[in-house]
Amino acid sequence: MAIFALVDCNNFYASCEKLFNPKLANKPVVVLSNNDGCVVARSAEVKALGIPMGVPWFKIEAQARQCGIVAFSSNYALYADMSNRVVEVLSLFSPNLEVYSIDESFLDVSGFGDLNLVEYGMEMRQKVQEWLGLAVCVGIAPTKTLAKLANHCAKKGMAGSDGVCDFTVMSDAQLTQLFSGIDVGEVWGVGRKIAARLQQLGISTVLQLRSADTAMISARFSVVLERTVCELRGVSCLDLAEIVPDKQQIMCSRSFGQYVYSGKELEAIVASYIARAAEKLRTQDSLAGALMVFIRTNPFSPHEPQYQRALTLPLPNATADTRLLVNWGSKIVRQIFRAGYAYQKAGVMLSELRPRVMAQDTLFNNGVDLRRSQQVMATMDMVNQRWGRGTMRTAAEGVTKSWQMKRQRLSPGYTTDWDGLPVVSAV
Amino acid sequence: MSPDRQNPSKVGLFVPLADAPKLFIPLSPAKVSAGFPSPAADYQDKRLDINEYLIRNPVSTFFFPVQGDSMEGAEIFDGDILVVDRSVKARHGHIVVAFVDGERLVKRLYHRAGRVALVAANSIYPALEIMGEMELTIWGVVIGKFKRMSL
Repeated sequence: MAIFALVDCNNFYASCEKLFNPKLANKPVVVLSNNDGCVVARSAEVKALGIPMGVPWFKIEAQARQCGIVAFSSNYALYADMSNRVVEVLSLFSPNLEVYSIDESFLDVSGFGDLNLVEYGMEMRQKVQEWLGLAVCVGIAPTKTLAKLANHCAKKGMAGSDGVCDFTVMSDAQLTQLFSGIDVGEVWGVGRKIAARLQQLGISTVLQLRSADTAMISARFSVVLERTVCELRGVSCLDLAEIVPDKQQIMCSRSFGQYVYSGKELEAIVASYIARAAEKLRTQDSLAGALMVFIRTNPFSPHEPQYQRALTLPLPNATADTRLLVNWGSKIVRQIFRAGYAYQKAGVMLSELRPRVMAQDTLFNNGVDLRRSQQVMATMDMVNQRWGRGTMRTAAEGVTKSWQMKRQRLSPGYTTDWDGLPVVSAV
Repeated sequence: MSPDRQNPSKVGLFVPLADAPKLFIPLSPAKVSAGFPSPAADYQDKRLDINEYLIRNPVSTFFFPVQGDSMEGAEIFDGDILVVDRSVKARHGHIVVAFVDGERLVKRLYHRAGRVALVAANSIYPALEIMGEMELTIWGVVIGKFKRMSL
């Protein structure tokens, strides 16, 4: 029988902020989404204040000040590094691991039969706490869907103890009792819409979904939900997706900190997104065969004139050269830009990726020698790695970046930036 | 989104046919040399890596720069960068990074006979005994330090 463990970091972003900043101990902390828009993470203290997830910051700013809530912009560099460390620690506990999201991993713990899995879960929890200072909860069950539910129970203290909940050691009667008290919307893959439709059919608890007729579920909903029902019954239908294949597409898109009106500025923005995407492209040692650029206005202000346009350009030569890509990108922007709109977002996508070793040169190579291009790019990556991203860049990206994402409450790169290291006082 | 192969000229560019015949030739990364083989080849060892020297457990290791002179007796100076390993269990006598009442400190840990204190390695700084209401978190154990000289 397969057994899965889902390990999930508690209040991950907020916990990362607290970890390095002693002034935040016992303080309510929130982390805001891009452009400091909405609350995307809350510390336990904030949850206790009843502030909901996803609420726009401007709506609670006054209340937050009163309650002494400390808000941070999303520090992705910090969270990504801590997330990678968590995964590294967890991989000591199972050779088969799926990184499901930045703060969740599935571990295959099948065939560890001799081990007491509850204790094993405690050990994971303890090690992550000791080594990284982050709290995690562990859910253990025969299917991924159940493991996720067990994790939910562990986190809410509904079952199990000390942040570990193992369904495999619970009796049928205990599980039945437990599932009768959990809302169907808590089940992995059951979104708000599906939950509402299920409720109309009288299915409002996990127990009711578990005993629903699979034929009916598959007919009225989908095979996906039918599979969820099977998983709730303990029949494992979802395997670990372990291997991360090289990306087939590389995307970079962001909304701007403020509206952008000029084509020149859009060109600079697109150039910088391309630079970022091309850097990723080179780290996986690939070349791109096509470049897509899109620009759009803000669909959430419908009173403003709306415009959006995307254009994909097949490249004459597959390339990973930032200079060439930026050049093509500017041409695309000039083609799709229309004056008179307030642009709010742009993005680029590199596709038709292929390994660099398979590259061919062509007769019309734009005067860029393939080997020299690689050398220049390697140098640029090295410089930027050593001195910080964007130290060496194409002139097209411009000097000032007023359009950049608003991150006024950004904490330092405590683990990723030499200038951001947390200082200790010897006093 | 599928590439706009049909009409790339929309952008005013000339592009070879998408289905033009291709021949992939691998680019060999290694250069071939016909010279005399190096007599040292058999004795080649990997170059020393300072990470290996300073760090035992990379996943649980973090860096903290020092500000102040209270640890000079322990050869920790202003501007040094400390190597802090959270996987080392803090014991009496270890130099630790600790969070005390909202401050990030580096001190020597005193833990004897039920008493806990953070002790400086510089006689002008008094020891800080942890009592009652004070909040102490031993963040990690200092296992090394490094510094770059200004040139």
